[in-house]
Amino acid sequence: MKTSGPLLDVRGLNVSFESAAGRQQAVRGLGFSISEGESLALVGESGCGKSTAALALMRLLPDSASCTGHIQFAGRKLPDLSPAEMRALRGRSLSMIFQEPMSSLNPVHRVGDQIVEVLRAHEALSRQAARRRAMELLDRVQIAEPDRRFDDYPHQLSGGQRQRVMIAIAIACGPRLLIADEPTTALDVTVQAQILALLDGLRRELRMALLLITHDLGVVAEYADRVLVMLDGSSVEEADTQRLFEAPAHWYSHQLLGASLHCHPVTLAPVRRIAQVPGSGVGQPGCAPLLEADQLVVSYDRTRSARTNAVDHVSFAIGAGETLGLIGESGCGKSTLARALLRLIPLGSGRLCFDGQDVGTLPERALGAFRQRIQMVFQDPYGSLNPRQSVGRILDTVLRVHQHGDAGQRTAHIDSLIERVGLPADSRRRHPNEFSGGQRQRIAIARALLLKPSLLVLDEPVSALDVSIQAQIIDLLLELKRDLGLAYLFISHDLAVVRRVSDRVVVMRDGRFVETGANPDIWEAPAHSYTQSLIAAMPRVRWRVSTADQSAAVTPPST
Amino acid sequence: MSAADSHPTARVPRAVRHPALTAFLRDPAAMTGLVLLVLVTVLALLAPWVYPGDPLAMVARPLLWPGESWAHPLGSDSMGRDVLAGIAHGARISLLVGLVAAVLSLAIGVLVGALGGYFGGWLDDVLVRMTELFQTVPSFLLVIVLVTIGRPSASVVVFAIGLASWPVIARLVRAEFRSLREREFVLAARAQGYGHARIIASEILPNAAPPVIVTTSVLVATAILMESALSFLGLSDPNVVSWGRMVGEGREFLRTAWFLSAAPGVAILLSVMALNLVGDGLNDALNPRLRR
Repeated sequence: MKTSGPLLDVRGLNVSFESAAGRQQAVRGLGFSISEGESLALVGESGCGKSTAALALMRLLPDSASCTGHIQFAGRKLPDLSPAEMRALRGRSLSMIFQEPMSSLNPVHRVGDQIVEVLRAHEALSRQAARRRAMELLDRVQIAEPDRRFDDYPHQLSGGQRQRVMIAIAIACGPRLLIADEPTTALDVTVQAQILALLDGLRRELRMALLLITHDLGVVAEYADRVLVMLDGSSVEEADTQRLFEAPAHWYSHQLLGASLHCHPVTLAPVRRIAQVPGSGVGQPGCAPLLEADQLVVSYDRTRSARTNAVDHVSFAIGAGETLGLIGESGCGKSTLARALLRLIPLGSGRLCFDGQDVGTLPERALGAFRQRIQMVFQDPYGSLNPRQSVGRILDTVLRVHQHGDAGQRTAHIDSLIERVGLPADSRRRHPNEFSGGQRQRIAIARALLLKPSLLVLDEPVSALDVSIQAQIIDLLLELKRDLGLAYLFISHDLAVVRRVSDRVVVMRDGRFVETGANPDIWEAPAHSYTQSLIAAMPRVRWRVSTADQSAAVTPPST
Repeated sequence: MSAADSHPTARVPRAVRHPALTAFLRDPAAMTGLVLLVLVTVLALLAPWVYPGDPLAMVARPLLWPGESWAHPLGSDSMGRDVLAGIAHGARISLLVGLVAAVLSLAIGVLVGALGGYFGGWLDDVLVRMTELFQTVPSFLLVIVLVTIGRPSASVVVFAIGLASWPVIARLVRAEFRSLREREFVLAARAQGYGHARIIASEILPNAAPPVIVTTSVLVATAILMESALSFLGLSDPNVVSWGRMVGEGREFLRTAWFLSAAPGVAILLSVMALNLVGDGLNDALNPRLRR
């Protein structure tokens, strides 16, 4: 069927939610169109309404939402279709894949059967024929040994393989439009690149249109024809990808570009290197190390008989005032290592020294002084703050436990730190749920700094945050390091972030360190093949991003 | 707020001060339950003033029907005792037994569940076995056994019901603790060097509270029912009037004077229903996902 005009045409889309706090508008007057075979990227930070808009297209919004506007797909007005007609359309000519490949597959069914189910729901196929088609699809999404994988359950596949299965399901009936909602956000960098390349290849092969929803501009640069930037539920700029990268018209697009660390190509001269500013006399890199780990092993029971080493004979040292970046993909043992360093989980064997003292063997009760000097910031600013306590209480308890002064002194100390990390002055009386993700991470950082530590272990401190907030938190961390002479162990899966903050970098894989090197040498001459593949997988921008002339035409409105 | 963080999408609306309370007050079923509960409580509190003296005293002609005499609006039983006076005084014992028994089982259950769930290991194994031991014995039989061993007084009844119903709370608290102890804010508390007692009492327990509060409201209702059942069987203090006993005594006149069983029966029904409605309302209000 050939239709005139674009494949999908959306005009004046409004979505609002009914909640206890009143009516909340998630999408305001959004309009865009996609032609056959075209790929459009919907870019914006969390909460900007991009996923809501996608769900509105699929008519999958929850009952509490109300949606108005014109949505025309392949010549049909979607809001006018009956539920049965809509069901026939979904999965057949309009498909969607989601962010979490872990939860979008049904865990109790074999992956092959889940593909067969979609095929047979939309096409009159015999079981045998459907099975053959499902095999072909698994092959097409480049899953090795499809005949063996067919009978696997989702938990037996890796995250990347699961997302491939999701894609196989989505393209099973040859859709004309595929909506991919943050398809690679939950995946490791190397896998992310493969999945995006696969989606792009399939789009050309099957001549389907792709609506790619993402917060990551690096993704957009390589795989989208056009970009639509969203802010607060409405579109602020729509442009060809190249045009947007070279000359963003709206201040917000500019801000997103500036904040995206991926947009600074790896091979160019270093970005700002505040990290190399020496500590304020607390100690210089090169003196006796602050923290020293020697042949550290952390193991856990996998079954009753077998033990696995999550951290496998790892040795390293961090000097006072130094930042050691630790890179590795999920499951490589980096968080386990972080927790072991703070003695939060038992050490298997090996030596752990802090400031010349062997802390690896100290009993739990004797750890008080050690815990004042080494502190941790966690990845998830939503999970690491007790939701039932006010910020003031969260911070005050730390000081009370370690008996720091009377109530007045404690409050003064807390207030000064709240100001230091850039939180509003009335933060003490508020609860964590009243803050945004970036602000919560600031609270977590304030908590870690209360006892004036010398080493901060930062476990993916910015991974859960939007790009522009990431940049702010990193700036704050660099500033604090310079002012307070802190040493950091900075753990991340994101090379761009580690590159920005570290003095030295170690690469971890399967519980072992595969390579150690100075920043930026390690990026220019990676010795290990794994480091090379990590660097190769980084999303890159083909065009030079205009970083000059930040102020012209791009000043945010004063609010 | 730093200028950078005042980024348009980063702004979070200041939350309503008590969203759970607001949601609860807006729920008509929960409010019905609450109003009924307040009425029963007022009745129990006012009983000694409205009906001074012993409610078991014979004050009227036997078997007066409700409405027959305005001095005794709900009539009198076969021995001339005022039914309404009995219900008013019975409310005292029902609520008292319900509340105290629930508090007792809450204390045991939270202690056992929190210790087992937080520490795990052999302590958890021992505590879980102990919980299962109590759970495998039918709780009402256990109460009967305990009451018949001791003297049938209100305190023994309370003790027996409390001892029979704590496993529900213990299992719930243990499950909550097991999942909460893995959360990052607990890890953060440990990283700050907090002691176990502080982590259990002020970090984890407040987060485990909502389901426990809901279960407790149902537990009070169950305790009231158990007390009524015990009195119906004549296993309660003979010198104290109670709803269950009134139902039991009225049983013999079911064909001639059904109101003798029905009136206290309705009192039991309304109080238990009120507690269940309040429990459901709390469940919806304290669970942010169900709140609309």
